[in-house]
Formats: sequence, C-alpha cells, structure tokens
Amino acid sequence: MKVLVPLKRVADPDNANRIKIAASGAAVDTTGLEWKTNPFDEYALEAALRLTENGKAPKQRLGEVVVATLGPKECEQTLRSALATGADRAIRVEATDDALDGRLVAHALKSLVLAEKPDLVLLGKQAVDGDSNQVGQRLAELLDWPMATFAATIREEQGALLVGREVDGGVLTLRVKLPAVVTVDLRIVAPTSVYSLHTDQSAHKYGDGVRFAPLPAIMAAKKKPLDTKTLAELAPGVALSTKTLKFEKPAARSAGVRVKDVSELVDKLMNVAKVL
Amino acid sequence: MPHALVVAEIADDGKVKKATLAAISFAKKALPAVGGSFSILVLGGAAKAAAAELTGFGADKVLVCEDASLAKYTAEHYAPTIAEAGKSFALIVATATSQGKDLMPRVAARLDAAYAGDCADVTVEGTSLRYKRPMYAGNAFGTVELTTPIHVATARQSEFDAATPSGGSSPVEALAKAAPGGGAARVEFVSLEAVKSERPELTEARVVVSGGRALKDQFFQVLEPLAKALGAAIGASRAAVDAGYAPGDYQVGQTGKIVAPELYVAVGISGAIQHIAGMKSSKVIVAINKDGEAPIFQIADFGLVADLFQAVPALTAELAKRRPAG
Repeated sequence: MKVLVPLKRVADPDNANRIKIAASGAAVDTTGLEWKTNPFDEYALEAALRLTENGKAPKQRLGEVVVATLGPKECEQTLRSALATGADRAIRVEATDDALDGRLVAHALKSLVLAEKPDLVLLGKQAVDGDSNQVGQRLAELLDWPMATFAATIREEQGALLVGREVDGGVLTLRVKLPAVVTVDLRIVAPTSVYSLHTDQSAHKYGDGVRFAPLPAIMAAKKKPLDTKTLAELAPGVALSTKTLKFEKPAARSAGVRVKDVSELVDKLMNVAKVL
Repeated sequence: MPHALVVAEIADDGKVKKATLAAISFAKKALPAVGGSFSILVLGGAAKAAAAELTGFGADKVLVCEDASLAKYTAEHYAPTIAEAGKSFALIVATATSQGKDLMPRVAARLDAAYAGDCADVTVEGTSLRYKRPMYAGNAFGTVELTTPIHVATARQSEFDAATPSGGSSPVEALAKAAPGGGAARVEFVSLEAVKSERPELTEARVVVSGGRALKDQFFQVLEPLAKALGAAIGASRAAVDAGYAPGDYQVGQTGKIVAPELYVAVGISGAIQHIAGMKSSKVIVAINKDGEAPIFQIADFGLVADLFQAVPALTAELAKRRPAG
C-alpha cells in the first residue's frame, strides 16, 4: 500500500496557552514556542507506518509512506523528522504559512494525489492551530473518493479499510474501498488500533502512542529523498478565501472562592450560582 | 444570492436532533446580511416525520429529501443533495456535531465554497458576515471573513441558544436526491455501536461530572452516583483515559470533546492545559481536589480541597438530602 501523509507544523501545542496576540489583534505571535508536528498528523504518520509493515519487523517496509507539507524551507525539519520516524519519501510545497487556507491546501493536495497516486491519504482530523477540521473532507470531495473521518481504528482488508470512527455517542464503523481519505483521532495510536493485512492481530500489539526515531535513523533520514514543488504548479489560480480579520484572547476566567465542605458547596450552587 | 439554508440532523430514533436548533439560531442571527429568510433541509431514510417537527420555526420552507440510501448517514450520499439545494443560498449552516463536522466541509468543497467550522458566534457587518471561531484549542478566537459567493459554516452547539418555535407553519417541499459521485459507491455503513449509558450525551448535557487519574479503578464507582444525582454526563481527563480508567470517548480536552455545560464538576483533575481547553467555556466550574495548588483551582468558581473518595459520596448524599426526588 502507498500512503500519502500530509503534515503541518504548528506552534508547540502543549504550550498553546502561551501564544500572544498583537495589540492590534492582527496576528498571533508564537515567539518562544517551538515548532512541532501537529499531533493529529503525527498520529496519522504512525498509523501509515503500521499499515505498511508487519508489526514484527518495522524496518522491513511493505509499502510506501510519502509525507508532504506546505510551507517555507524551515518546514523541511518537520519532514526530516517524519523521515527519521520511518517515512520513505518527502515533498515540500513552497508556500508562506499565512498565505494558506483549508480550501487552497485541499486543492494543492489534490494535485499532489493525482501525481503520486497513493492508495490512501491519511491525515490528522485537524491542525491544532487553526482547528479548522476541513482539509481531509475537502480533499475527499475534490477527488470524489470515499472518506472516513475521526478514525479511532483501522483494519486493512483486501482493497478496503474497515474504519471505526469516533462520533458523538459511540463508534461508527465504515468500510471504504481504496483509494480513500482517512482522518485520524487520538485513539488511532492505541496498541491495537491499526492492523495491516501483513500483521497478525492475535499476536501483535503495538506500543502505546507514536514511535520515536532512533539516532541512526535521524542520520539516515538526511539521505532520504525530499522533493520540492510550488503552490503555483499545484493550485494554479486558487486564491485565499478565508481572511482572519482579528484575533483575540478568550475572556479570562478568574479563580473563584474556596468552600470549606460539601454543604457549603451545595449552598453556593443552589443559591449563588443557581445551577441546581 | 439571498437567504440561508439550515441542514437539520436526525437522531437514531427518527426525531430531529436537538442540536439542529443551534444551527437555526445561527441562521436567524445571520439573516440581516443574507436576505432576511431561511429554509431548512432534512435528509434521511424517513425524513418526512422529522420535517414536520421543523415547520414552526419561521422558515420559508422545509425541504425534505427522503431516500433509502440516506437512512444511514454517509457524507458521500448526503453532500451532493445539500450542495445542489444549497447552490441558491448565500449561507449553508449545520451544527458542529460529529456529523456536521464530517459533512459540511465536503459540501463546501463541492461548491468550492469557503468554510468556517465550529463557530462560537456570527455577526453582521453591513451585508457581510463575520464568523468568530475558536483556534489554538480555545486559546484564541479568530474573526473570519469568507470571500466565496457561498459560505458554509457549522455552529458550536454550546454557544447558541436552542431556537424556540415562533409559530406559523412553513410549507414542506419534497426534494429529489441528487446523483452521488463515485465515492458513494465505495463507502459502506457497517455499524453504529452506541455507548450504552443511562447518562446524557457528553456534548449535550447540562451538567458534566469529570474524573481524573486520582480516581484509579474506582472511576465509575465514585462518579456514577454523583452523575446520577445531578442528571449529569460523565467525562474524563486524558490522564484517566490513558491509564485505562475511562473509555476514550469520555475524554474532555483539546484532543477530546469540547464541552460547555451549565455546571462542570472536575473531580481529582489537576487541570492540565489540554483538559482546560475542553471545558473552560462551562458556565460554572467546580473543582474537587486534595491538592490545593492544582491549576484547576485557578479557573474554578467553587473549589473544595478535599479527599475525593470522601467528598464525592458526601456531596452525593448532600444533594439527595437537599433536593429530594431530583
């Protein structure tokens, strides 16, 4: 199986509360925050690796994982770390971060898919900076492919995937015939979430979470192929259609009062907050 | 191009999902910019009965598309009909349920329209609309303008009041299903495994009781009675989920569910940023934790520093005493 995994770099999500907003409200300032791979995209990469190996011998690649990102030259760091983790090839689409929106990215990825012809596009359900949650769905529509969003489990079948989706109030299972687009949720990196046809479900359990690149792989990743393309070749004539006019911080919550016991707590909830 | 189109959602029991009422409120708020009236579109295997529930909200018309292939929701079958009907509207909106978030970007792509997802507000500037969206896991809000002729949006349910019937009787009009694309033939609904719980759905509940890792394997034993006394849904921190004390879909937080109930009770939750991102829009927050320094107390309206294994049963008993028979 050939899998295309689009990745986005984001300002360190574990410290997202430290983002600043310019007084004019015109931009978000992430100075001081490290660039990290969008966590949901990291999970997508882990799932893609699990689908292209047999579980027991991860070095023995049984498919191809191509990672791609849109952004300036520095984004190659994001791609290199994906290559070190196990991806086979990388593509960077030259672009400026703030000259992108979900519609434009989906159009560019469509062209990339038509050129690369993957069996599957696997990506995070959303990037944790813009929280837009739209690129996977848009891409599926542009390609006229079936999709399964918010995937928590994937079982490969002959020419298809059985995908368990996390939906409000339960798990909805879809079967999508390949080629398809799948966007992943948090649970996709649990030990028994993803199995390729090559992996023995009864005998193999993955580690919990995403795998880390061993040091030699980080060195070797520098030699793996990394191609560059431009937005103009992939999405000619597509302009931005989303403009963020203003950013603002949410209203701050302040600490309230301490109560001495449950009786006082119930008093407050009934008589002060009036929520009971 | 005038007017707004609200895409309704039908629950498993065939009735209109309450969440739909948030999208109606959203549309009504946007009306001054889009031409003063709205319609509602209902799709399903047996959508006519549900459509009848929606005739009292002041819509121009209630469009109903009934087809066997729509009985089980898939975006591939739903999106073409919505896009076809939506072509003549300026705004197409649904509520940001898991279905809305799956479906509406696909509708937007079909119309090559821009999409504003999970909106916390919509405002009118002259004849244009501004969408206020949470970003950076709720650490910022962006006010967004869309520049395509048609706009597609989803409304965050907790930020919009449920629309109330305004009387009148909108005409119901049948709509033929639009021919789906090739993707529809390659997707198959297999099953929906509903979480078996007597508790309300996490994202719709008026009260949420959430537990952290401190509850250990007594997670449900401690929280169920309190949740029952409060008519609350049960949530969990990521730490509790990762430790296996609660199932994955209970997770409240940046990477889990975003909730904003009237009352949120955090039990044994320290208040990691990732958790707070998922619940800080709650109206009233209560924290019960034995560590008085826990960050959760920084955002709690009412904090109780206590051992949860004693405080929670005591709170449950106190509620039973003060509010007999619920």
